[in-house]
Amino acid sequence: MTVALETRNLVKRFGGFTATNDVSLTVESGARHALIGPNGAGKTTLINLLTGVLKPTSGQVIVDGEDITGLSSHRRVRRGIARTFQINQLFAGFTPLESVLLAINERDGLGRSAWRPLAAHLDATDEAVDLLERFGLSGVMGEKTGRLAYGKQRLLEIALAFASRPRVLLLDEPAAGVAEEERSEVLAIVRSLPAEVTVVLIEHDMDLVFSFADRISVLVSGAVMVEGTVGEIAADPRVKAVYLGEDGT
Amino acid sequence: MSGARSEARKLATEQLRRGNAWRLYEVVLWIAAVAAIFLLPSKMLLLTEVAITALFALSLDLVLGYAGIVSLGHAAFFGLGAYAAGLFAKYAVAEPVTGLFAAAAVSGLAGFGASFLVLRGSDLTRLMTTLGIALMLAELANQMAWMTGGADGLSGVTIGPILGVFEFDLWGRTGYVYSLAALFILTFVARHLVNSSFGLSLRAIKANSMRAAMVAIPARNRIIVIYTIAAAYAGIAGALLTHTTSFVSPDVLAFHRSADVLLVLVIGGVGYLYGGIIGAVIFTVLRDWLSVSTPQYWMFWIGLILIAIVLVGRERIARWHTFLPASLQLGIKRFATWRPGVKLKESR
Amino acid sequence: MLTILFDGIAYGMLLFILACGLTITLGLMNFINLAHGAFAMAGGYITVVLMNSYGVSFYWCLLIAFLAVALAGLVLERLLYRHLYSKPHLDQVLFSVGLVFMSIAGAYYFMGGQQQMIQLPQELSGRFELHGVGIGRYRLFIILVCILLTIALQLLLTKTRFGSQLRAAVDDGRVARGLGINVSMVFALTFAVGSGLAGLGGAMGTEILGLDPNFPLKFMIYFLIVVTVGGTSSITGPFLAALLLGVADVAGKYYVPQIGAFVIYGVMVAVLLLRPHGLFSREGGR
Repeated sequence: MTVALETRNLVKRFGGFTATNDVSLTVESGARHALIGPNGAGKTTLINLLTGVLKPTSGQVIVDGEDITGLSSHRRVRRGIARTFQINQLFAGFTPLESVLLAINERDGLGRSAWRPLAAHLDATDEAVDLLERFGLSGVMGEKTGRLAYGKQRLLEIALAFASRPRVLLLDEPAAGVAEEERSEVLAIVRSLPAEVTVVLIEHDMDLVFSFADRISVLVSGAVMVEGTVGEIAADPRVKAVYLGEDGT
Repeated sequence: MSGARSEARKLATEQLRRGNAWRLYEVVLWIAAVAAIFLLPSKMLLLTEVAITALFALSLDLVLGYAGIVSLGHAAFFGLGAYAAGLFAKYAVAEPVTGLFAAAAVSGLAGFGASFLVLRGSDLTRLMTTLGIALMLAELANQMAWMTGGADGLSGVTIGPILGVFEFDLWGRTGYVYSLAALFILTFVARHLVNSSFGLSLRAIKANSMRAAMVAIPARNRIIVIYTIAAAYAGIAGALLTHTTSFVSPDVLAFHRSADVLLVLVIGGVGYLYGGIIGAVIFTVLRDWLSVSTPQYWMFWIGLILIAIVLVGRERIARWHTFLPASLQLGIKRFATWRPGVKLKESR
Repeated sequence: MLTILFDGIAYGMLLFILACGLTITLGLMNFINLAHGAFAMAGGYITVVLMNSYGVSFYWCLLIAFLAVALAGLVLERLLYRHLYSKPHLDQVLFSVGLVFMSIAGAYYFMGGQQQMIQLPQELSGRFELHGVGIGRYRLFIILVCILLTIALQLLLTKTRFGSQLRAAVDDGRVARGLGINVSMVFALTFAVGSGLAGLGGAMGTEILGLDPNFPLKFMIYFLIVVTVGGTSSITGPFLAALLLGVADVAGKYYVPQIGAFVIYGVMVAVLLLRPHGLFSREGGR
């Protein structure tokens, strides 16, 4: 099995504060890897390091065997790693059609086409329509993103990342903030992601984690406390202590 | 399933086409602009000024409305184009259309260089660098009097006939047609630019630059391109001024030009390409009306208008029609969104 | 040459007093206030009117300029500026440019377009020699006043309760509010003090910088240079930047008058190219 995503001794310090403490992860191609841990453990920081939003203090990020540590965010997306944001980062004035089309155009290098109107790129339009259909967004294809229900926005968030045809997809709490009625739709989409795409999932929802992931890494205070299969983690007393000790619920 | 799928595809294509279609107000605007040649023969000089200001504001719209860059120094490219056209006509070729290309090349090149500076830092830094560049050029033009005429301006500029055929006339009609043609062609090009994939990526950068990076948009490169193009546009506007007045005044690089064009664009509306043209019309009419006494009073009113615009809120002003009675609103909406092929009653 | 240095330092310190209000406004409220120069101009004109028409002593004028402009700043902040903090930078630019235009028009209308002159008190005029270096008395006065003010500011920031509230609000407004700090009053007072200092600087600068209705536009770029090159995360950054700018400008205009101003702008652009967040600020600071 090939390794799709790897980090080697990744460290991120902000002044005196160490947000990411010597994290070495290995995620195999096609895996469903979950990243869990209490709030403030550094999960989103890690995603930011993987996608180039933050530059590491030291360490490396490797995608498909290629060291991408020095690359800027947009170059990393081209290398095959895409992400969603915990709080939707969408294009408020765009329609879902335009948003998804944007991602497809960029992926196919059409972003430099400065004369032909958008509608002229038929293949890209077709793919956009199909993608929206797959994510259940066909009905709202032409509405402004800002007007959509939050659940639909969340689906668009994932669709947008998926449109770049990533090898590795990082989902930062995909169901966060989504109302009960719309959750199942989001979770169904996450579960139906194709097998070739490697998925790294940050989640607090343990049901989703245990039903979806095959491996779990537990992040505490920026370091990987323990990593293993779902069964191993579920049984690990330290994990229970970290969660129950923290929340007290 | 293919029936539903092809339906969806048609709908999608239709939606995308909608962005590019010619609106009724656009058609009306251009027809009115051409009609003015015959209907307002005594106002040719004023209308030429409107056309030039419109082009200048259009160029600012490209960077402000589509790339989100707040520039206080856009006059740098306007002035550069004006001086380039003047010097070109004086020492090289007197034919104006060639001069337009020369001016565009010079200011485009300057824009290209400046774009690297503009990319760095925060909004304030960008403001500073744009302002600094404009001030530098103004100072340079002032000091290099041997070439630019310094504070007296560049005179002795004789402009040949357009394309060797059309002489500039005393009433300014040729000048107006010339400027209007340039404005039309460049607006047409800008339309294509803005409605293309490139244009979409620009709007994405402006809407959410973090997300834009995450869909593989190389923001830097795109901004460099649009800034260069915008600079070339501004340079052409400056060149038009030189060609139609046979003179280059040192105030083409003045700060108030950068401030004025910003105001023009904001009045007309940022980010839909026609804001510059509409703003130019309103601004020029307003200025003519208000400049009764000294230029300083003009400054007072402009200042007041600026403050009022900000306090009332630009979004509220953009939605001005929502404060009208419903029937009037509907009429305006139909007017604004009608495009060829759609029955008037159906347009949304 | 040392005289040039001395003059440059005086000029720089004056610039610092003028610009430090802007630094804090920008760092604290993230508000681009291009109208800062208008407050300075107001201080200058108040001094001119009081001295020339009412015979008020120069020293009293400085104090009155500070207080009057501070009050004006407070009023404007409460009435207008307050509503604009959350607006996009474009709106802030438009607003402050509008204010500048109105103040210039007002200055022309009430005071005319000519350069304003004041008569400095006897003890501050003229120069004396110290180890072969020509020292202008007025410039020495400026340096002393500015040093005192800078020390006072530093003490205000570090040793008083208001100062620590201000620093907390700059660091994180939301948290500061959560701690019970009345952030909006901190903003208002800070803006008032900053404007007052600008007014004081304008009053002091009448003799050295000149005073005419175009003052806000002429010197806006200098203030902005101090703020961008100096950064907004400390007092020392803008202080050093202002000194550098003052010396560079005076030296430039003396040694290479042909391209004097050009050098300043060129250096600024170069600095911004290399260090977009200012020469002295920590990276990532506003």
